[in-house]
Amino acid sequence: MASDSAAFDALKRATKEGLTALGKLLRTTLFKLSLVYLTVFALFAAFLIGYFAWTTSSLITQQITETIDAEINGLSELYNQGGIRRLLLLVDARSRRPGSNLYLVTTPAGEGLAGNVGTLQPGILERTGLTETSYRRLDEAEDAEHYALVRVVRLGGGFRLLVGRDVEERERLHDIILTAARWSVAVVVVLGLVGGIFVTRRVLKRIDAMTGTTRTIMEGDLGGRLPIAGTGDELDRLAANLNAMLERIEALMHGVKEVSDNIAHDLRTPLTRLRNRAEEALRTARGDGDYRAALENVLEESDGLIRTFNALLMIARAESGEIRENMDEFDAAEIVHDVAELYEPLADDKGLALKVDAPGPARVKGNRELISQTLANLIDNAIKYAAPKHAAPALAPAAGDALPDALPSGDNATAIVVSAATDGHRVLLSVADNGPGIPAADRSRVVERFVRLEQSRSQPGAGLGLSLAAAVARLHRGELVLGDNAPGLKATLVLPRV
Amino acid sequence: MRLLIIEDDRDAADYLVKAFREVGHVADHAIDGEEGLAMALGEQYDVLIIDRMLPKRDGLSVIGTLRAKSIETPALILSALGQVDDRVKGLRAGGDDYLPKPYSFSELLARVEVLARRRSGRSEETVYRVADLELDRLSHRVTRGESEIVLQPREFRLLEYLMKHAGQVVTRTMLLENVWDYHFDPQTNVIDVHMSRLRAKIDKGFARALLHTVRGAGYVIRDGK
Repeated sequence: MASDSAAFDALKRATKEGLTALGKLLRTTLFKLSLVYLTVFALFAAFLIGYFAWTTSSLITQQITETIDAEINGLSELYNQGGIRRLLLLVDARSRRPGSNLYLVTTPAGEGLAGNVGTLQPGILERTGLTETSYRRLDEAEDAEHYALVRVVRLGGGFRLLVGRDVEERERLHDIILTAARWSVAVVVVLGLVGGIFVTRRVLKRIDAMTGTTRTIMEGDLGGRLPIAGTGDELDRLAANLNAMLERIEALMHGVKEVSDNIAHDLRTPLTRLRNRAEEALRTARGDGDYRAALENVLEESDGLIRTFNALLMIARAESGEIRENMDEFDAAEIVHDVAELYEPLADDKGLALKVDAPGPARVKGNRELISQTLANLIDNAIKYAAPKHAAPALAPAAGDALPDALPSGDNATAIVVSAATDGHRVLLSVADNGPGIPAADRSRVVERFVRLEQSRSQPGAGLGLSLAAAVARLHRGELVLGDNAPGLKATLVLPRV
Repeated sequence: MRLLIIEDDRDAADYLVKAFREVGHVADHAIDGEEGLAMALGEQYDVLIIDRMLPKRDGLSVIGTLRAKSIETPALILSALGQVDDRVKGLRAGGDDYLPKPYSFSELLARVEVLARRRSGRSEETVYRVADLELDRLSHRVTRGESEIVLQPREFRLLEYLMKHAGQVVTRTMLLENVWDYHFDPQTNVIDVHMSRLRAKIDKGFARALLHTVRGAGYVIRDGK
């Protein structure tokens, strides 16, 4: 009993699974599409056969009409020349031939004189045109009934002559065509359904494979890729595109992981310091002054933390590209002047000469705020690292450096040059200093996503400037190029020109 | 000055209410957007301090509703979403100022005081005066006593902003936002350098200093201590 019900359950499940599989098949777009095509083709077949039937039937009708007309003409002629007797003789003779046409000659009163027609529909004899009627031959039983196309003419002297032809042939042809139509539509439907199911199942199989892979990917295995059949069809192209997308997502996820690692590092260190300060104050402070100093320290430290946090957030936002919506066109040369003006007194205070070389215009499309901030960061860095003018080493003009912002030779008072220039389709915004620079080996690394040199990592906030600059450059579909200013660093923000 | 703080974080709100009371202002607190809107509609306040993300009704929607009923009480938006476009959104929605969290109280206080007195109409005056310092906004002339002071265009705008808010503390961020139109942190003390240059021009050689540094907050221009 128990095994019975288990078996029944299994059967039910199998049936249900079978049903859901079929249901899935029936719900596919491909299958619906095959149904549409099927209907269209069936309708087309029906129309074609219908048209064929109609033209054949009208051709036959025309032939019958022509035969009847010819005979009526012939017989009328005979009557006109030879009178009723000759006509009756001929009609009689013709009526006896096997498979003959229908003939009937009547008196003006409607009495049959000769011919092979037994009965007709009433009133037929009164009509003179071409008519279709049921009839019975003279030699046939009561219940036999056929259809014929007949024509009646009045002859001189009130006699009437009827000539007709059986249309059974036409009807038979009609039946044949109708049967053919039914069969061909049935065949179209069956073949279409089978073909549709076959093709749909094939495609469904591949789609199911893709769905399976995407599910494992969604479950966390980002390394999975969709199968490619190698046929180069649309499914393959879709799979290839999705794979490329997965590639990008994986890279982004990797980036996010790196960011969180960096955030962890960049925030953990100052947080530890903050905590230590507070703890130390609690342990060692002797009076209000000590506490106040400790609290001020803590505040300063937390401000640094906020700054680092903001910078990291800004980099992440620039990397994500969502700021791309907030972009407008402006002259980057103006921005260079503005930002340089903001920093000029600071440089001056440090004994550094800051020179601006931005004749403009250098129009770009971008986020004004971010580009300003990037330039500010670069200039701030330059001021931090540049050598004061009295200590500046004699600058040798860099060989082959033909860019307009090259340091003018002999002017060793200029420690920092901020410039904007255009070069073909590019706008170059650069900040050059005469500080220690960045070793060539580290330059490309420093521009990479979130990479900071170890030396700068220990300093709160500092060092994120270049990462931000690189992120902003990427956001604007440009790049940050770090070059040798011999001596010093020349950071160039390369942006597309508009 | 009477303030309304609409903030769903009770600790943060209590801290603000207490801090404002210490400097002599009265602050009410609403815990969500609906309550805040009702209070802002029912009472007279000088400034509203509104958190961006609030339960029941979003901060921007509170401001929007108030503005639609032509209640023009200045509103300062506090937001944890301290990003450029977020600030623009806040100001577009009818906010008058925007401060990202975390903020320092001195920054908030300075901004609130400027907002509260903004309506007293100093911007219509063409000549600003503080003691014997005069700034003519039309002819761009600055004089102190008998002597004319020559300023760079940016220095002029800096002084103009300070004198417009004479007697009120303005923070470095406020100066950076209003004089330079930058909304980022310049990392170093760039503003201080500009201020010391300005100070050298307007105060040097005069017995009474007008430009004062307020420790931990910013700057103020005023007659006397």
